[in-house]
Amino acid sequence: MEKFVPAAGNGLLDRRAFLRGGAALAAAMTGYSAKAEPLLEPAWGKEPGQLVPAYGVPSKYEKGALRTLSNPQGEPRTQHARTPHHLLQGTATPNGLHFTISHAGNPDIDPDRHRLAIHGLVKRPLVFTLDALARYPMVSRFTFVECGGNSAPLFSPEPIQATAQALHGLASCAEWTGVPLAVLLEECGVDSKAKWVVAEGADSPHLSRSFPLAKALDDAMIALYQNGERVMPGQGYPLRLLLPGWEGNMNVKWLRRLELAELPAMSYYESRTYAPILPNGKAYRFYFLQEVKSFITHPSVGYAMKGAGFYEISGIAYSGNGRITKVMVSADGGKSWAEAALQEPVMSKSFTRFRIPWQWNGGPAVLQSRAWDDQGSVQPTRAEIIALRGQASRVPPPTGFPSQHYNGITSWAVDAKGEVRHVYA
Amino acid sequence: MCTRSAVLALALATSPALAAGPNLGQPLTHADLAAWELHVYPDGKGLPPGSGTMAQGAPIYAQKCAHCHGEQGKGAISAALVGAPPIKSIDAPKTIANFWPYATTVFDYIRRAMPWTEPRSLTSDEVYALTAYILALNKIIGEQEVMNAQTLPRVKMPNRDGFIPRFPEKLPPGPGREM
Repeated sequence: MEKFVPAAGNGLLDRRAFLRGGAALAAAMTGYSAKAEPLLEPAWGKEPGQLVPAYGVPSKYEKGALRTLSNPQGEPRTQHARTPHHLLQGTATPNGLHFTISHAGNPDIDPDRHRLAIHGLVKRPLVFTLDALARYPMVSRFTFVECGGNSAPLFSPEPIQATAQALHGLASCAEWTGVPLAVLLEECGVDSKAKWVVAEGADSPHLSRSFPLAKALDDAMIALYQNGERVMPGQGYPLRLLLPGWEGNMNVKWLRRLELAELPAMSYYESRTYAPILPNGKAYRFYFLQEVKSFITHPSVGYAMKGAGFYEISGIAYSGNGRITKVMVSADGGKSWAEAALQEPVMSKSFTRFRIPWQWNGGPAVLQSRAWDDQGSVQPTRAEIIALRGQASRVPPPTGFPSQHYNGITSWAVDAKGEVRHVYA
Repeated sequence: MCTRSAVLALALATSPALAAGPNLGQPLTHADLAAWELHVYPDGKGLPPGSGTMAQGAPIYAQKCAHCHGEQGKGAISAALVGAPPIKSIDAPKTIANFWPYATTVFDYIRRAMPWTEPRSLTSDEVYALTAYILALNKIIGEQEVMNAQTLPRVKMPNRDGFIPRFPEKLPPGPGREM
């Protein structure tokens, strides 16, 4: 058996330790705890089990793995449902836990009566039924969708004590299946004057966003399926626009219309909401890209450490630019760093799970992660992004949006009692 | 894009007018789209016939908007529509008068999304009147000014030039990039 190899300060171990040494390594490092109690035959082994349901739901013991709701009574404002990252593993978000933002509730759309119209600067304006779209050759891809306002509480001047769900829960990842938008545009015949596409939903606010035609011809999809089943009502049933790697709000749900145009429409969401104010009083426009980012989900706020010894640190990294190439982890607040293992397959514009073994000595630690992508982008430190983008003038509520597009580092402090807190480091 | 090439190669065009693809869409005329054509562009494209003034907008506002947005746009359970607090921090409130770059967006948003409980219930004249009412309360236009498809795109919003494209290289060349 090989000896474990320290990879960075405060107990971080080489990411390959377990691939080489096997599980015995952990025992060698920590020693076994007290002898186990004798094993008994429990009640569920002494009688037949329950009926198998037609549509499976998680165990009753997992009732806590839920999205948090910002507006559970449906008051006349936006509803947000956040993904419980601290309770999930892997990279595919279960459909019922995929984050949802609905500006006026989820519309109840009859798929037989829904239509997708493509018109404007095209030679042949066309309208598609769901039956017609379902006959087109389809493609599948994993991609994350992230709200432009995800992680915005980290613009707060003081660290907000909240879980990874509260801070980063407006990002999720699924396998989406549908029709490449380029195929439909080809059939419509794009006019050479067209430069933008303006998308519109069938929901009651008829949410609209403009995006460059080049994105439509690159990797945009009319998504009909989410992790194998039809897209959920909160994701735009019966179909949504998917613009991989771009601001969640642009991935228009309940999509009913695409107009090709020379100009962007300067809709409410592009000219106001997703235009973050800069320290000099100007504002960024057409941000579009969800930049390279990572955060640790295990351990994180809400987890009570079970005493000194072995833990695996893991989290999620992603970039709207492409593939994650490297994630570095620190257990000493950024003084030293070790490279985490990336779970294969690493896919472009998709969640990537990173993992690294950690021998917690029971003392104070500050856990951080930092990601790189294959386009040369690196996740900024919090200090770097605040220097460029400024800081909120006051502490916002955990569900507030003091600005948009935070992709800096998140820091979790572990104290000697085993409590995990959100800190700035 | 190999998938796309395969798709396009899959089918032979049945007529020169059709693209090489499944061609399962149905032709659509301009008239077919009438009920759905909601986009209004900054140059005024998409604005319908009709007109309205502040005086015409005030009673409509009181009846259909004040419940959420407060008397004379001062704000209630929904955002204030009047006022231009200076932008002194990144989390400053964004208002129509201190932030929105184009007056056409006011018309577009009211027409597609408001009133919250009853969208698409307003006539074009009512949307023009409400737009005029809000712009006049903010002193962006005069109290007597008529808003219509010609006058609305000419309204210069105070923060028109307050924006910087984040990734200009991702934007198509042309006026859209400079907006």
